[in-house]
Amino acid sequence: MGAATTAPPATSAVPVPPTPHRGRRGRLARLDVTVSPYLYIAPFFVLFLVTGLFPLLYTGYVALHDWDQIMGRGEFVGLTNFVDILTGRGFWRALANTVSIFLLSSVPQIAAALLIAALLDRNLRARTFWRMGVLLPYVVAPVAVALIFNNLFADRFGLVNLLLETVGLEPVRWHSDRLASHIAIATMVNFRWTGYNALILLAAMQAIPKDLYEQAALDGANAWRSFWSVTVPMLRPTIIFVVITSTIGGLQIFDEPKMYDQYGRGGADQQWQTLTIYLYELGWTRADFGAASAVAVLLFLIIVTFGILNFLLTRRIAHDDGGRR
Amino acid sequence: MRKPGWIVYGLLAAVVLGSMFPLWWSVVVASHDSTVLARDRFPVLPGGNFFRNAATVLDTVPFWRATLNSIIVSTTVSASVVFFSTLAGYAFAKLRFRGSGPLLVFVVATMAVPTQLGVVPLYQVMARLGWTGELTAVIVPGLVTAFGVFWMTQYLRQAVPAELIEAARVDGASMFRTFWHVGLPASRPAASMLFLFTFVATWTNFFWPFIVLGPSNPTLPIALQQLQAAHFVDYSLVLAGAVLGTIPLLVLFVVAGRQLVSGIMQGAVKQ
Repeated sequence: MGAATTAPPATSAVPVPPTPHRGRRGRLARLDVTVSPYLYIAPFFVLFLVTGLFPLLYTGYVALHDWDQIMGRGEFVGLTNFVDILTGRGFWRALANTVSIFLLSSVPQIAAALLIAALLDRNLRARTFWRMGVLLPYVVAPVAVALIFNNLFADRFGLVNLLLETVGLEPVRWHSDRLASHIAIATMVNFRWTGYNALILLAAMQAIPKDLYEQAALDGANAWRSFWSVTVPMLRPTIIFVVITSTIGGLQIFDEPKMYDQYGRGGADQQWQTLTIYLYELGWTRADFGAASAVAVLLFLIIVTFGILNFLLTRRIAHDDGGRR
Repeated sequence: MRKPGWIVYGLLAAVVLGSMFPLWWSVVVASHDSTVLARDRFPVLPGGNFFRNAATVLDTVPFWRATLNSIIVSTTVSASVVFFSTLAGYAFAKLRFRGSGPLLVFVVATMAVPTQLGVVPLYQVMARLGWTGELTAVIVPGLVTAFGVFWMTQYLRQAVPAELIEAARVDGASMFRTFWHVGLPASRPAASMLFLFTFVATWTNFFWPFIVLGPSNPTLPIALQQLQAAHFVDYSLVLAGAVLGTIPLLVLFVVAGRQLVSGIMQGAVKQ
């Protein structure tokens, strides 16, 4: 609360006894005091209820029905939608693709962001320039990023393949090979988010007390050693934050894989069809809202599980490093 | 602290070049003819065809309409998020009322809920209201965010001295007048950051607008998607569209990038 708690001498110098409100005006004023705070916070709660919570809960209800996008609700079918999805091939393939793209993007991304943050955390000239340069990709819409990288990763005449050929390597089939397509899509995600995460980590780095580094230097630690033994453990909460936000975002990835070719169905053999594209296809191409909702429910459970899992994991890893200090 | 050596600058320069290169490359491709690209494999400099390509883009998709839509949506959403978040943040930070603690915890907790996953019912709600294909369907769900409320609460705790509010109350100002004349002006720096963030996020948003808007009334990302569907192999055209669609935010970035940077840094420390 800071400033709010210190008693100001200024107010005590002005002797203003609150004019006693009487009658209707007084009651209105009291009503104003008691009701206003609730009115001020109401817009958020109303909106969240209508566009957040209700749809999320109602998804569970739709998932238990035979539900056509146009015909509307059919009969109650219990867990049939879930059984159909879990026994089909589409879901598992989409899940594998999503996790693969997510790992290919978040792991290198966080490592790169940490290193870039460490570079920025120096006594640089033109500090703002470097920070802005690193953040630049963040303002480019994922859709535009996808268009640009589609060109760079084009199977024929794409710049990446031309460079590979120039150095004597085989061109990669970025739009048909499964792993290659995942790498290309992860590259788009990394392009857009690495700098953003680097700045978040940089902010946390600058809050680390400098004497910890001095002490490490006295103990004979080199730059690399003090990075691992001081910086990384001290950044723990921020790293957890970055990991969790990128998990939530990564598991819902849609824009980049959707735009990776002109059909938007995740490849001829669904090599890069993610769970959200699968959800979209079930709901809006096949008009099966019941199945789409079942996927949404499953995706929700996966996100929660992943969130808890990597919270525990990140905490564990960071703890171990802290202990070794 | 030690002066950083050339290695540090060299590495940073590589990173910055890496973030600029794809944009530069798209300008290069967008300003050539596709046939030139097939012949000359490594064009490094822009050609003279950009305006012709841009004109084709404008003929293929409702580009101006999409730009206008994006401006309307992003501006409305950002202004509304700033207003309602400041209002709620002011209440949480400065007003005493029963249940404020748990309610704030609730707000923060909702940030972990991926509301995107409720798209099926949300789409049904919009269809029932007759809003599918309308900008309202994109604007309304974004009017106030948990992040915004939390952000303004954190800021206003320190930014407004309680005695200022008391003074206004003693002078007989109503609660709302007090907010308007004390809370709102004090929130300026944090509010402008929130505006920027919301603007970028809304402008670049694709998933929900793609689902709920039709092809006749798109925002920019949707228009770019249509352009790709129509001209997938003609990279010059597709990238001309990407360049055109990116320019507005690049301008914003040049003007306000400094603030965006410090906003990210500030937000991170407070978490």
